[in-house]
Amino acid sequence: MNNIINIANARIQKGIVTENLDLIGSKLKTEIQKKFARSLFLREVDTGSCGACESEIISAINPVYDLQRFGVDFVASPRHADALLVTGPVSLNMSLALKRTYEAMPSPKFVITAGDCALDGGPFKGSYYIEGGVSKIIPVVFHIPGCPPKPIDLVLALLLAVKNLKRS
Amino acid sequence: MKYLEFKIAVLERTGLDERAFRESGSEIYIAANLENFHGICLLLHSILSSPVMLYFAEDNVKTSGVYTLRCGFLGKKIQRWVFVVVDIPKDNLNFPAISKDIVSAQLFEREIKEMFGLIPAGSPDVRRLRLHDEVWPDGYFPLRKEFVKPEKTNNTGKYYVFDRIEGEGVFEVPVGPVHAGIIGPGHFRFSVAGEPIINLELRLGFAHRGAEKLFEGKSAKEAQIFSECISGDAAFAHSLAFSLAVEQAAGIDVKENVKINRAIGLELERIYNHINDIGGMAIDVAFSYSSTLASIVKENILRLNEKLSKHRYLKGSNGVGQCALIKDKESRVCLLEVLSGAKTDIDLLKNILFSSVSFMDKVDTTGTLHRKTAEDFGVTGLAGRASGLELDLRRVFPGIYEKTSFEIIRGDKGDVLSRLNVRFNELAVALRVITELSGQINFSGKEDSPEAIIISGTGLGAVEGWRGPIIYWVKIGKEGKIERCKIVDASFNNWQALSCCVHGNIIPDFPVCNKSFDFSYSGGDL
Repeated sequence: MNNIINIANARIQKGIVTENLDLIGSKLKTEIQKKFARSLFLREVDTGSCGACESEIISAINPVYDLQRFGVDFVASPRHADALLVTGPVSLNMSLALKRTYEAMPSPKFVITAGDCALDGGPFKGSYYIEGGVSKIIPVVFHIPGCPPKPIDLVLALLLAVKNLKRS
Repeated sequence: MKYLEFKIAVLERTGLDERAFRESGSEIYIAANLENFHGICLLLHSILSSPVMLYFAEDNVKTSGVYTLRCGFLGKKIQRWVFVVVDIPKDNLNFPAISKDIVSAQLFEREIKEMFGLIPAGSPDVRRLRLHDEVWPDGYFPLRKEFVKPEKTNNTGKYYVFDRIEGEGVFEVPVGPVHAGIIGPGHFRFSVAGEPIINLELRLGFAHRGAEKLFEGKSAKEAQIFSECISGDAAFAHSLAFSLAVEQAAGIDVKENVKINRAIGLELERIYNHINDIGGMAIDVAFSYSSTLASIVKENILRLNEKLSKHRYLKGSNGVGQCALIKDKESRVCLLEVLSGAKTDIDLLKNILFSSVSFMDKVDTTGTLHRKTAEDFGVTGLAGRASGLELDLRRVFPGIYEKTSFEIIRGDKGDVLSRLNVRFNELAVALRVITELSGQINFSGKEDSPEAIIISGTGLGAVEGWRGPIIYWVKIGKEGKIERCKIVDASFNNWQALSCCVHGNIIPDFPVCNKSFDFSYSGGDL
């Protein structure tokens, strides 16, 4: 175990990003403590993204960002999730699957979208085979812009999303 | 075999006139008719020993009343792309299917049928590929020029029928399209008896966004940016293949420095993805310690990408006739520094993985893709090479790689371990090639390429991305707008490899089989 920590410490390029991260992260952690009693579980749904958003979401849980230490984790089933994190412009083929995933979540629940495609179709706007944005299918409370959003942006956006969340 | 010998052989065996051949750079177009199309395709398939590499239609009804079909093979020895071209009149949409004889043509013919409404007569499988029956009504063909979007989609009342494997104790496990991990959408239907998988049917198309249609009407510059959104983890390779196609179509020369920078970009993309997948294979057999190390290496390369191109996935760094990643000596120093750190970590990672008995036990002889299967389905790239196929576009069309110590990496067993080895060895080659190329960049001369002038024409661009060949064929119209853009990502045909390699394996080993290939959902679905 010590070995991997040593490797991580030696390899991670320190810089502004990492320092900001600790600041944003600790705020996120406090916020999650308050509103979710310790942990916020997300279910990720790809509705036809190019895969870059997924790559960055996975990056956010690597040891450099380590999103899990702030109380956020990704779960394998919508039944275990507090919120959905949705990427992609929603292809016609994914429309029903997205709706059903949302319906399978226990309430209270909310939806965050990530990446330009998920807002309104992004570069795929006007295509014959997309719904053009997640909010056309299910209610969305927060959007994270970017193509793809960087891991640090994801952490910051999660903080803003949780902060703005009202009890319903 | 020399090109001339090939040409003579084809002319003799088909009885074609020499005028049927049209040559343009590394592309050869052979004009056929509906009678001899099938025969010529079969002949090329056999003498070039090439699968169908790209095969697509184009709507020319407005200008000449026909749909034009192009079926392309790769001549490795003659270093040419060879196309058979046939016109299909708009009042009789049938054409002789070649998929009954050439398996690798099958998905292409299904695609042509659903996108253009052309009918491959005699094809063993004419089901739709991406436009799912549940949501898309009959009679709408998106890639026809006169296509109008149907007023109502979704809830057509139809549904897809999976192959039913019957017998005592056989049960089905449906997975997806929403997967448990953070990954693209697709549906896998396993039929299992006891523990071993006896059949796996893939249903894809969930990430279909109508990309080829969206290219139409865009300027080359707009299309360049758009090409980076086809498959996000191969953004650079897609954008490069697109610009090569445009450069070929418009006859634009590319400077040496640009070629070097492009090769560096392509290899950087290979490095971060290979390392990502090696980590993925480790985590899929619950070896998280090593996957954590891999993710740090990946993060460092992504940060290097950002320093060089202002984007972690190298988006926006490539243009028609242009590419500048290593702009000065400082960025070269930075590049070499990060890569030498990566090399140390990769060696360590390899050491950790190969000295773990339980890990080796998991990957050895798991998910074997046999050479013959790979050959028949037209499996290309890393997946094919791990099964012993010798195909790498960097070898067929070396270009700038000629000035490096590039070597083709192959495996023989076709199992997960073989693919892991190919990845590690390709990483070593990529690191070496980048180091060699970065020393050849000329910083002294100001090499500002002027904005290229795009003229009308057609061209093909192909690169060996980290998964395998990415091929773009573009037709540019009079005003410099894209009229047709055909994209073939290696994932398109390669997905079939996955359903073949899992037979006899257990479902818990499926993730590691899947990750050892790591095909692109979005690149295959377009």
